[in-house]
Parts: sequence; C-alpha cells; structure tokens
Amino acid sequence: MELRPRFALKNSASSREPSKWGGSRRQRVLVERTVHWVLFACAAVSVLTTTGIVITLLGETVQFFGEVPILDFLTGTRWTPLFASQNFGVLPLVNGTVAVALVAIVVAVPVGLLTAIFLSEYAPGRVRSVVKPILEVLAGIPTVVYGYFALQFVTPILRGIFPQTQIFNVASAGIVMGFMILPMMASISEDAIRAVPRDLRQGAYALGATKLEVITRVVVPGALSGILAAVILSISRAIGETMIVAIAAGLQPKMGFDLLSSMETMTAYIVQVSLGDTQQDTIEYRTIFAVGTLLFVLTFIMNVLSDLLVRRYREAYE
Amino acid sequence: MTVGDPTMVSNSGHAQARTRRRVFGVMFYALTIGSTVLGIVLLAALLIDVFADGVNQVDAHFLTSYPSRFPDQSGLRSALLGTLWMLGLTAILAFPIGVGAAIYLEEYAPANWVTRFIQLNIANLAGVPSVVYGLLGLGLFVRWFSLGRSILAGSMTMSLLILPLIIVASRESIRAVPDSLREGAFALGATRWQMVRRTVVPAAAGGILTGTILALARAVGETAPLITIGALTYIAFDPQGPMDLFTVLPIQIFNWVSLPQKDFAYLAAGGICVLLMVLLIANSLAVFLRYRMQRRLQ
Repeated sequence: MELRPRFALKNSASSREPSKWGGSRRQRVLVERTVHWVLFACAAVSVLTTTGIVITLLGETVQFFGEVPILDFLTGTRWTPLFASQNFGVLPLVNGTVAVALVAIVVAVPVGLLTAIFLSEYAPGRVRSVVKPILEVLAGIPTVVYGYFALQFVTPILRGIFPQTQIFNVASAGIVMGFMILPMMASISEDAIRAVPRDLRQGAYALGATKLEVITRVVVPGALSGILAAVILSISRAIGETMIVAIAAGLQPKMGFDLLSSMETMTAYIVQVSLGDTQQDTIEYRTIFAVGTLLFVLTFIMNVLSDLLVRRYREAYE
Repeated sequence: MTVGDPTMVSNSGHAQARTRRRVFGVMFYALTIGSTVLGIVLLAALLIDVFADGVNQVDAHFLTSYPSRFPDQSGLRSALLGTLWMLGLTAILAFPIGVGAAIYLEEYAPANWVTRFIQLNIANLAGVPSVVYGLLGLGLFVRWFSLGRSILAGSMTMSLLILPLIIVASRESIRAVPDSLREGAFALGATRWQMVRRTVVPAAAGGILTGTILALARAVGETAPLITIGALTYIAFDPQGPMDLFTVLPIQIFNWVSLPQKDFAYLAAGGICVLLMVLLIANSLAVFLRYRMQRRLQ
C-alpha cells in the first residue's frame, strides 16, 4: 500500500497520478457526483411510484366519471356493471368491505390488545421471546393460504353451528382476517404500552392499586393514542386485504349486515373483473380503477391518521 | 365519608373488596394468557389442517406436471417455474434500487424538504393495499409500456411493492453501523463513496440481505397484484424468457381453491404445503444470516 498523503495540494504530483484508490482527483470527483445522483435516483423511485399510482388511478377514474356521474357512484345502492342493465352505485361494495372489516376488527382488537398486555406486563422475558416470533409467523403466511383456511376449515365449523350459513360468507373471511391482522395490532400496541414510563406505574402501585388497576387505569389510558393508531392501521389493512375475501366471502354485491351470507368487497370486485376477459377501454374495465381510487383514498386517510397518533405518543413520552 | 371513623368501613367489607380486586386481577391475567394462546392455537390449526389435507399430494409427479382438468394428473410445474422467474427478476430489479435508496437516505441525503418528502412517500407506500399496486402495474407496465401480461411486467409491479420493505430494513442495518468506522475511513482519506463501499456496506451486508430475503418471501406469497395485472391461472408450458405469459404458486393455489370439486381442494392444500416450505427455507436463511452477522459484530 502506498503511503503518500492523499491530502496533497491540488497541483502536486500525487493528485494527478492515478492510483488504485480511484484515479486522479478529477476522476474521483466525477465518480462521487455520479454515485450521488444514481443513489438519489434510487430514492426518487418511491416518489415516482406514488405519482404513478395517482396518475394511473385518476386517469381511468376521470374517464369513468365522464360516463357515470360521481354522485350516482358514491350514493347508489345497486352495483351491476357486469350485467346487461348496468348500475354503478358503489355502496354495496363499501357495505361488504365494512362488514368484513368489522368482523376482523372485533377479532383482532381485543385479542391483539390482550396479547400485547400479556407480552409487555405479565410474560417473563423468556416466554415473550418464544411467543412473539410464533405470533409473527401469522403475519408472514400468504393471504391465499388464509383464504383456503377460511373456506375449508372455518366455514364448515360455522355451518355446523349456524346451519343457514352460506358457503361463501362474511363471518368466516372476517374471523380469519382478524387473526392475520392480530400480530400487527399486538405489536404496535405493545410498543405503545412499553413507551408508558415506569414512574406512572410505580406511582399507581404506591397508591395501593392492584396490577389490573394499574393496567386498566394507568397503562392503557397512557398508551391510548398508540393503541388507537394500531386499531386504525388494522382497519386500513382489513379494507385493503384481497385474497381472503375473494376466496371466502363470495362475489355478491349487496347491502345489509347478514354476516352469514355472501357479500362482495371492493378488493374482491377488482379480482373478479381481472379474472374475466373484460376488454380494455370499456366502462367495465374503468370500474376497477374507480373502485381502486376509492380504496386508495380510504386507506391513505387512515394511514396518515394512524401515523399522526403514533407521533403524538412518541412526543409525549420519548 | 367521615375520615377516621372506624365504624364507617367495616372490616369484613374491606376484606371482601380486597378479595374481589384480587380475583378480578387473576381473571384478567387468565384472559390475557387465553388471548395469546388463541393466536397460537389458530396458527397450529391452520398448519395442521393444510398439511393433513395436502402433504400426501406432494410428490415428484406433482412438482413436475402441468396443471390439468383431471385432478390426479395436475401439478405445479408451470407455477414453480413462474415463481422462480418472477423471484429472480424481482430480486435483480428491487435489490439495487432498494439498497441504493437506503444508502442515499442514510449517508447522503441533506436534511431538507426533498428528503422529508421522499421519506414520507416510502412510509405511505408501505401502507398501500397490494391490489392497488396491481392496478398501477396494469395501467403503467402492461398497457403504457406495452409489456403485456409478461413475467417482466409482474416482476416490475412486485419490485415496487417490496421496495419500501427493502429500504426500511437496509436503512436500519446501515444506521446500526458505528460512526467510528466512517470516521476511520474518512481519516484515511477516503471519499464518501469509498467510505460507503468499503466500510458501511460490508458492515451492514447481513442486515441488508436478511431484509431483502424477507421482502422477496413476501413477493412469493403475494397474489392479488399479479391477478390484477392479468397473470393467467392456467399455463401449460415452461416460460422461456421475461416476456412470456406466466402463473405463480399462489395464483395456481387460488385457481384450485376456486374450483368446486373436493379433489382440487386437496391439490390446493398440496400447493400450499410447497409454498409454505419455500417460505420456511427463505426465512431460515434470513435467520441464519442474521445470526452469523450478530456473531461477527461481537
């Protein structure tokens, strides 16, 4: 290795002489600049992706609203774009999406929150280090597998209990989706609960509170904004989930909350049209972009909201 | 309440209240254990159900045959090859861009609004439903770039989907590299890129690779975006290049699940067993890399 100093003056011999450490000074500066811009371009891909999503969705959606009034789309209660007599009221799809998400939340929020409380307040470190990775596996299982499980395992059980249950039904898809979301709900809640300072807990104990009282009156209220963020993110995930509902919840766009019957969600509709041979540049084809835009806007609002809430508890305690 | 009047609070009432509070505490403790166990029980039920139905299906014939309308002749050949093609192309596309973006944000980016905007974008992209990425791929790659329903269009869509995951994992790993290494490199006269290439990247390589493998595992399991861009559910030939039509494991499974005959449900379970094995291998590799990495740093 050469021992000549690299901080030599600009015109000295060493700076013009090429070495294995990146050539002359001018070459090195050139390399540095190029690398900088290439790396910046990599980072900018994320901005291009967002732009691409917005332009793609809006382009087709604007054309869709050229043919269907936006008010009819947002307030209509009949969704039959694939039939001879076409109706473009999106509310049945929204209804189905809300119904499935509701079931998923009813499962994921209490179970996830209690799991988070167990892991952070009760479980010894050894138990936690075993249980947590096992629960994380639930988040790594592909959604198509959950769809299979809902249809082949949960639905038969439901039909055993409630004979009127249809083969494709909201309850089974929602329950299984709840368990898919569970690790996320538990993990974000646990982070929020852990962020509650020890002093608050010790203060409550000093006043004679039991562990349950400390948890319900001090820890959970203290972590509330984080727990709320977890709930909102869970709803967002439930709304965007596709394969479980496409497999297990059926393809019937309809209003109402009969959870044992088949309903179609926004995501399942997109899959349904994509599987068929709908021609491009038709109104049927544009419906999936209009529905996709609605889906994107809804999940975007919830993600931003949950992010704001997480920031709030971080500011309060960290 | 009158303070200091012993007759107001009877001793037995106090003890009763204390017992009740303690019983509630124990009941709540049991409830939290029950909830935690419930998640584990469901995971066990899922795995047992799938393997009980499917493990008998998995044999050499199943792995090397094309799908067919006769269940006993059906196999995963085209789906496995499609998954491998997509995995390879996605890795080639997403890995350099993801790591490049992470290096930029950790080592180069000035603290200004452009950087904040990029970070905000990445955070939001992580929360976009996967089916929306499918619509992006359909509008942008399949139609605008005229790539058709090809492996390349699918891989590009999947790359955009997993980029935020790779970026977040790589950034964490790069951030964990101690500053003393950077200062050492600068002190020896290295330029910024020389410092990054020869100290930061090697030191962060384990975490970056782990994150990339986990992101690719996610891509293997994703179904919705590929269905949306129009990947087919029935392919009876081997893909020869990136412009070929294709199917992947989860789409083949979805196709079999949607068929009413029970025999196809067993095939779906068999496909799920293969898919889960692929994911298990990927995850074990990631855990192994992380373990080796931790040992080297200590």
